[in-house]
Amino acid sequence: MIELKSLTKRYGSFTAVDEIDLRVPKGELFGFLGPNGAGKTTTLRMIAGILRPTGGTVRIGDIDVTENPMAAKAILGYIPDRPYIYEKLTGAEFLRFVAGLYSQNGKIIEHRGRELLTLFDLDDWRDELVESYSHGMRQKLIISSAFIHKPDVIVVDEPMVGLDPKAARILKDLFREYTRRGHTIMMSTHTLEVAETMCDRIGIIQGGKIRALGTMSDLRASSESGEQGLEEIFLKLTGENAAREFVDVLDA
Amino acid sequence: MHSGASFLHLLAPKWQSMRSRALKKETGAAGRFGALAIIGLMFWGFIFAILYRLLVYFRGIPEIGPLLAGKLLGLILISFFGMLLLSNVISSLSTFFLAKDLDLLVAGPVDWLRLYAAKLVETCAHSSWMVALLAVPMFTAYGIVYHGGPMFVFVVLSAFIPFLILPTVIGSAITLILVNIFPARRTKDILSVIAVLSAGGVIMLFRLMRPEQLARPEGFRSLIEFISILKTPTSPYLPSEWVQTTIMSWLNGEPDALPLYLLWSTGAAFLVLGAAIQRKLYPIGFTKAQESGDRWVKGSIFSGVFHKMLTPLGLVRRELVLKEVRLFFRDTTQWSQLILLAVLVVVYIANIKFLPTKGEGVSFFVANLIPFLNLVLAGFVLASIAARFIFPGVSLEGRTMWLLRSSPLRMKDLLWSKFWVGTVPLLVFALALVTITGLLMKVTDFIMIVSVFTIMLMTFAVAGLAVGFGTLYPRYDTENAAQIPTSFGGLLFMMASIVVIGAVITLEARPVFSYLASKSFGSARDPLEMVWGFGLAALLCIAATLLPMRYARKRLESLEL
Repeated sequence: MIELKSLTKRYGSFTAVDEIDLRVPKGELFGFLGPNGAGKTTTLRMIAGILRPTGGTVRIGDIDVTENPMAAKAILGYIPDRPYIYEKLTGAEFLRFVAGLYSQNGKIIEHRGRELLTLFDLDDWRDELVESYSHGMRQKLIISSAFIHKPDVIVVDEPMVGLDPKAARILKDLFREYTRRGHTIMMSTHTLEVAETMCDRIGIIQGGKIRALGTMSDLRASSESGEQGLEEIFLKLTGENAAREFVDVLDA
Repeated sequence: MHSGASFLHLLAPKWQSMRSRALKKETGAAGRFGALAIIGLMFWGFIFAILYRLLVYFRGIPEIGPLLAGKLLGLILISFFGMLLLSNVISSLSTFFLAKDLDLLVAGPVDWLRLYAAKLVETCAHSSWMVALLAVPMFTAYGIVYHGGPMFVFVVLSAFIPFLILPTVIGSAITLILVNIFPARRTKDILSVIAVLSAGGVIMLFRLMRPEQLARPEGFRSLIEFISILKTPTSPYLPSEWVQTTIMSWLNGEPDALPLYLLWSTGAAFLVLGAAIQRKLYPIGFTKAQESGDRWVKGSIFSGVFHKMLTPLGLVRRELVLKEVRLFFRDTTQWSQLILLAVLVVVYIANIKFLPTKGEGVSFFVANLIPFLNLVLAGFVLASIAARFIFPGVSLEGRTMWLLRSSPLRMKDLLWSKFWVGTVPLLVFALALVTITGLLMKVTDFIMIVSVFTIMLMTFAVAGLAVGFGTLYPRYDTENAAQIPTSFGGLLFMMASIVVIGAVITLEARPVFSYLASKSFGSARDPLEMVWGFGLAALLCIAATLLPMRYARKRLESLEL
């Protein structure tokens, strides 16, 4: 459903994403991990059509995002890591506006909007301006907006940041059920426990290149980690174990 | 005791950001900078040329020449002072209360006085650069015509620096007091209303001074009366008067140091007062400014009707337009500026009564030519409104661009929705303005048709330029929408609008002149001249509407955030 071929993004002499090849099939929940600055957000923004690749292609379904952006974006929902939205719209108006961008409106959208807001405990806030929402509430509203038009593919960057435990649990269940129904989700996260328990497959990116790819057992095998958890595998694969001794740092 | 970072250190990030922005290698940056430099230089040349000719003319008039030059300088400086005060009030809300770096600075061990000094310098730079740029050709013209000599540069600097400091201190103190008095979230709204009213006040004050009477000395009973009016200071307690006296006394060869002392000592005294107010009120005000709003909005009958009216536009465009309208009316910092518009209209229409279009010695020719030239003024009014309301449109989308860019929305639709939401009210306003003033001046049908045709085309051109320049020179990171029109791009937009308005009027001048001459003196008319004149003007306006929109679309489509 999502297909990246030799996907590259360069900023001057710096290569943020370096010839990535990746295929996420229909109905899969794919976890995208990596240290800070590894190229996760850049990759996701290229898939969402916000950034133009320097090289390579992104296909959503069978549609090339660069060649036919309108058709590709019509079947995609994107959840960014920073929840900036229109401060002077109410939650309900924002959902209606987003649905309108995808040429959807009417009773179905009103009903779906209400259901989503209720799911995330925002129903009492539906007629309040977004400027009065907390960080977590904004995040929930943006997540709701990605589901309002029922996209085939959802690309989500750090969804758990700012969510309370209840909302985080709801989101996990929602993602699982959504992929079970045949939709595809590609999610970047730093919460390794979330990736380990939720994702069908995991990709680890570092320095703009994919270092490891597969199911949890594939990753264990490739890193020779035995029965260890994702945290150990992640640190091993990304070389984070080579971090300096704390004592040296604190004494510096 | 730990006194924290120096105030220069506090300013370092601003300076470094500015430098890195300037050095950033972006596609098309050189072209944009080149266009800016050319239009900027043309604008400077234009101001210089007008002032130079005027001052040379004044110089030729014995006795009252230097007085007129001084009076003119005083009028310009008083307008500068009003602009500076207004823009400092708006800027200081951002720099002292809304800026993103404040959390870091207030949480850090930063001495309050150093923070005040750093923020004051930042406010001053934000709000004064445009006035400072305008002042360069103005003082150059004065210096050259009145042979100020090389020392004149230092005289100007020594008078102009405290002239810039004073409104910064006063403006930021006004904002500080307001933030303390009003409930936190309301301050931004109330502030903009007050800023608007004070702008209206400055315009009214200027109007009450009736500068046009100086140009008509025959209206005075005697020359002595005229001279005595010229010699009377317009506003002896205002810093603008002190700057004027400093400059003119130097240029007239009788340097007077008293106004310079007044400028510097008042500046220093206000700085101390400002700092005292800051120490007392800033911690309370800053805390209040952190509170969030909680306003409840319910659907109204109006929104239902509007919803139905927009249905023919199609779903996506309708939602875009609805969003624009909602955001505009819910943001009081935006619509409160409509008060300014009302004041502008009242002043504008009131001015029509002062125009010498009736009475003895005024021919049919003059009576119709003035309303035609009046279109230039109407164009300026349109451009300033567009700068405030249409120009910031794309910048304000900056933080939500992720949503628009990741959805199947055509950037063309986004830009045209911004264009029409701005243009329709502007067009209604422009047509009303031109029709009312035309009726007041009892113009002929021909001039009325020309005026309506021209103002319509100008409105489209000005709106197209506003959307275009607003997209090409965006300010995505601003915390305060009121600051966007005073950005570099805003200035460039105003200059481009003035160039287009000037060109349209110049193109139409000849056919209008021929028509009026044939009516007044019976001279022959060439119909082709009319086709050419009006045709080219229309073409220019269409190009000024479509080309910026086209460039803006390309820019948005290639934008990487």
